[in-house]
Amino acid sequence: MSKYRYSQATAPRWFSLSVFLAFVAVFPAVSPNAYFLNILGFAGIYVLLCTGLNILMGYAGQVSLGHAAFWGLGAYISGVLTAKFGWPPVVALAASVVGTCVVALAVGIPTLRLKGHYLAMATLGVGMIFHTFFVQFADLTGGPSGLVDVPSFSVGSITIGTTLGNYYFIWAWVAIGLMGALNLSQSRMGRALNAIKGSEIAAECMGVDTYRYKVIIFVLSAAYAAIAGSLYVHSINFVAPATFGFMSSVLLLTMVVVGGIGAFWGPVIGACILSLLPEYLRAYEGLEVLLYGLILVGVMMFMPNGLAPLFSNLRLRFRSVNRAEGGG
Amino acid sequence: MRGEAILSIEGVSKSYGGLTAVSNLSFQVAAGAIKAVIGPNGAGKSTLFNLITGIEAPVSGGIVFDGCHMNGLKPNRRAALGLARTFQTPQIFENMTVLDNVLVGRHLHGKAGLFAALFFTGASRREDLAMRSRGFEVLEKVGLADKAHEEAGDLACGQLKLLEMARALALEPKIVLLDEFAAGLTRQETEHMMTIVRGIRDEGVTVLLVEHDMHLVMNLSDEIVVLNFGEKIGEGTPEEIQKDERVIEVYLGTEV
Amino acid sequence: MTELLQLLISGLTIGSVYGLVAVGFCMVYNTTGVINFAQGEFVMLGGMMAATASSGFGWPLPVALVFGVFSVTLIGLIAEKLTFGLSRKPEVLNLIIVTIGLAIVIQGGVMMIWGTFPKELPAFSGEASLKVLGARVTPQAIWVIGVSVLIMAAVGFFMKKSVTGTAMRAASSDRGTASLMGIPVGRLSTLSFAVAAGIGALAGVIITPLTMTSYDHGTLIGLKGFCAAIIGGMGNVYGAFLGGLILGAAEAFAAGSGGSGYEDAVAFLLLIVLLLVRPSGLLGGTGGERVVKV
Repeated sequence: MSKYRYSQATAPRWFSLSVFLAFVAVFPAVSPNAYFLNILGFAGIYVLLCTGLNILMGYAGQVSLGHAAFWGLGAYISGVLTAKFGWPPVVALAASVVGTCVVALAVGIPTLRLKGHYLAMATLGVGMIFHTFFVQFADLTGGPSGLVDVPSFSVGSITIGTTLGNYYFIWAWVAIGLMGALNLSQSRMGRALNAIKGSEIAAECMGVDTYRYKVIIFVLSAAYAAIAGSLYVHSINFVAPATFGFMSSVLLLTMVVVGGIGAFWGPVIGACILSLLPEYLRAYEGLEVLLYGLILVGVMMFMPNGLAPLFSNLRLRFRSVNRAEGGG
Repeated sequence: MRGEAILSIEGVSKSYGGLTAVSNLSFQVAAGAIKAVIGPNGAGKSTLFNLITGIEAPVSGGIVFDGCHMNGLKPNRRAALGLARTFQTPQIFENMTVLDNVLVGRHLHGKAGLFAALFFTGASRREDLAMRSRGFEVLEKVGLADKAHEEAGDLACGQLKLLEMARALALEPKIVLLDEFAAGLTRQETEHMMTIVRGIRDEGVTVLLVEHDMHLVMNLSDEIVVLNFGEKIGEGTPEEIQKDERVIEVYLGTEV
Repeated sequence: MTELLQLLISGLTIGSVYGLVAVGFCMVYNTTGVINFAQGEFVMLGGMMAATASSGFGWPLPVALVFGVFSVTLIGLIAEKLTFGLSRKPEVLNLIIVTIGLAIVIQGGVMMIWGTFPKELPAFSGEASLKVLGARVTPQAIWVIGVSVLIMAAVGFFMKKSVTGTAMRAASSDRGTASLMGIPVGRLSTLSFAVAAGIGALAGVIITPLTMTSYDHGTLIGLKGFCAAIIGGMGNVYGAFLGGLILGAAEAFAAGSGGSGYEDAVAFLLLIVLLLVRPSGLLGGTGGERVVKV
C-alpha cells in the first residue's frame, strides 16, 4: 500500500504544523510582556494575508501587486458595518468576506485573461483605485484620517477586547487558513494549480480549465485577505487608508518572496520575520525602509527561492543524519 | 469501430500575417488506426496539431472529432472529449513529482472542487486514492513506476517523453496526438516507444503522430498523410507513399 | 474657454513629466523586458540632488541642474550593475521585484540622508507668468514642456536611427538571439538603465521648481508615468510620451470638473481600461507579445 501513499511531504508537514500551532498556543505563558504578544498578534494577521497571497502567487503562479486593496476592503466593510450601522461583528465579518469576494470576482474575471506581467499591472491599478476610494468616500470611511470607534469583535455577550483574546482569536483563524492551504496543496485542485504554474498550455491540454481556476484562486486569496482585514479592524478598533497603499502591497509581496514563493512555510517565515524586524528599528527614520528594500533586493538576487528551502534542507539533513546514526 | 473516421480535418487553413502555414487541408483519421503526418520542415505539421488541440484557431475550415464540431472549443474542452497530446519539446510540470504529473492527466476523472480541496472531505480522499492507483498503473505501462516520487525535472530526456506519454494516456483518451515523440531518443528508446504505441492502438485508442524518422513511420503507421508548404500532397498506406512520385520529389529533389 | 485652456496647459505641463517618466520606462523595457519600478525614484532623486547642490552647496543654478542629472545617471548605472548584473536568476519577474526593492532602498536612503522635509529649487527664469491666449503660463511650465519635447525627440531619434538604439530594440525582442548575434546585451542593459535614470532626473529637475520634492514624491509619479507608458504604448517612445500628455490632460480636466482627489485614480482607471481593450497601447503596434492566453 505504500505505493499509494501521498506525496512525501504530507505527513511531516502536518506534524510540523501541529508542533508550530502548539507552540503558538502555549507562547503567551512565556511571553515577556503584553506588547510582545500584541506584535505577535499582528504577525498572525500578516501570516494570514501572506498565506492567501502565496496561494495565488506560489501555487498558481499569478502575480498581484495590489493585494493590500482586498485587505483594506475587508477591513473597511467590517469596520463600517459595525461602527456606522451597528451590525454584530460576526455578521460583519461574513459580509466583508462575501463583499470582498464579489469585488475580487468582478476584478478577476476581466483581468485574469491577461498574461504574466500585464496581470501584475492590472492588479497594481486596482490597488491604487481602491486606495483612492478609501480616502475619498469620506462620509462612509472617515476619509484620510480614518474610521474610529470600531467595536471589538464580539459573539453574543463575549467580547474579545484584550491583547490575549485578540492573539488567540487571530491565530485561531490563521490555523484554519494554514490547514486549508496545506489541504489545498495536496488536492486535485492544488495539483491543477501547480500544473498551471508549471506549463499553462500543457495544463489546458490535459483538461484543466486554467482560466476558471485562476479566477477561483484569485477570489480565495481575496477571502483570506478579507478575514485578515476584519480581524485587523476589530483588534485595533480603527482603520485608515494609509495602511492599504502601494507600499503595503509591496510589503506583502516582500514577505511572500522572502519566505519563499510557493513554499508552504514561506508565508509564516516571511511574515514573522518582516513584521518583527521593525520593532528593533523604530528609532531610525528611514533605516527601516532602507532595510526592507535591501532585504527584498538581496533575497530576489541571491536567494530567489526564499528562506523556506533553507529550512527544509536543514530538516532533510537532520533526518538523514538521524537515520545514519539510528542504524540500519 | 475500426474504419470509421474519428477525426476529420475539413478544408482547414491557417496563416500568420503573410505566411500561409496550412492551406485548405483535408484528411480523415480512421478510428483505431495509427496515422502519421510527415513532411519537410515548415510544412505545417506543428500548426496542424495546434489547430486540432485548439491552441490556435483556423482561419477557415473545421475540425470534427468523434462527431463533434470543435471550432471555438478551448483546449480543455477538447481534452474532455477525449483528445490528448504530447509536445515536441516536453511540457512537463518540472515543479511536481512524476506521479503528480501523470495525475494532472487524470484531472478530468475527478470531481473534487474548492470545498473538498480546503477541507479534504472523505469523498475526495477516496477519489484521490483511486486516482493515484490508476496513475500508478499508467506509469507501470510505460516503465516509469520506480520513479513515481521523483521530481520530474530530474528525469533524463527519454524519460521525459515517456512521462508525457503516460500523462496523455492517464486521460483515457480516444485519440492521442504524438508530436515527434522519437526526436532525441536512442534506437532502443525509440523501439520501446513504438511498442507502447502499438499497445495503445491494440486497446482501441487512435493515434495521430508527427514524425521525421522514416523507419519508424513506415513500420508503425497504418496510413500516412504527406504535407508540403501547408498542403496535402499525398495520402495512403506506407507502400503507396513510398512509391508516390510527388512525395519522392519533395523529399529527394527533382528527377532522380 | 480660458478656463479650459488653463486646465489644458497645467495638464500638459505635468503630462510632459509623465511623458518623460514613461520614456524612461520604455527605454529599460525595450532593452531588457523589465518594468523598472525605480524610475519614479530617479525623478525624485534628480530634484533632490539639484536642490542640495543649489541651496546646500550654494552652486549656481545651471551647475546644480547638471549635477542633479549626472549624479543620478551615475547612480542608475551603478545600481544596474549591482543588481541586474549580479542576479542569480535574472528572470523578468524576479528583476521587476528587484527594481521594486531598489525603489524602496532609494527612498529609505533619501529619508535617512535628507529627512522628510520637502526641498525646493528656484524657477529657471523667474516667476513672472505670461499670458497666452488669455491663460496664464509660468515660464517654468514652458521649460518643462519644451525640454520634455526635445528629450522625447532625441530619444526617439536615437532608438530608431542609431545603431545602438536598434541593438537595444533587438535585445528586448529576443535576448538570446541578440546575444548570439554579438550584441552586448549586458552593456546595453546598463546603458538603458543609466539613460533612463538620466531622463528621470531631468524630469525631476524641471518639475521641482513647480512642485517641490521630498522622499515620497517618486512613488506616485513613477506609477503614473508607468500608466502613461501603457496608455501610449510601451514599445514606442513617441507613444509613451503622448500617453503622458493624455494622462496629464485627463487628470487636469478631472480635477477641474470638481472631482478633486479623484484625479489620482484617473491614471489607474485608464491603465486598466487600456490593458483590457488595447494592451499594446494607443500607438503601440501589434507588438510581439501575446497578452491574452489561449
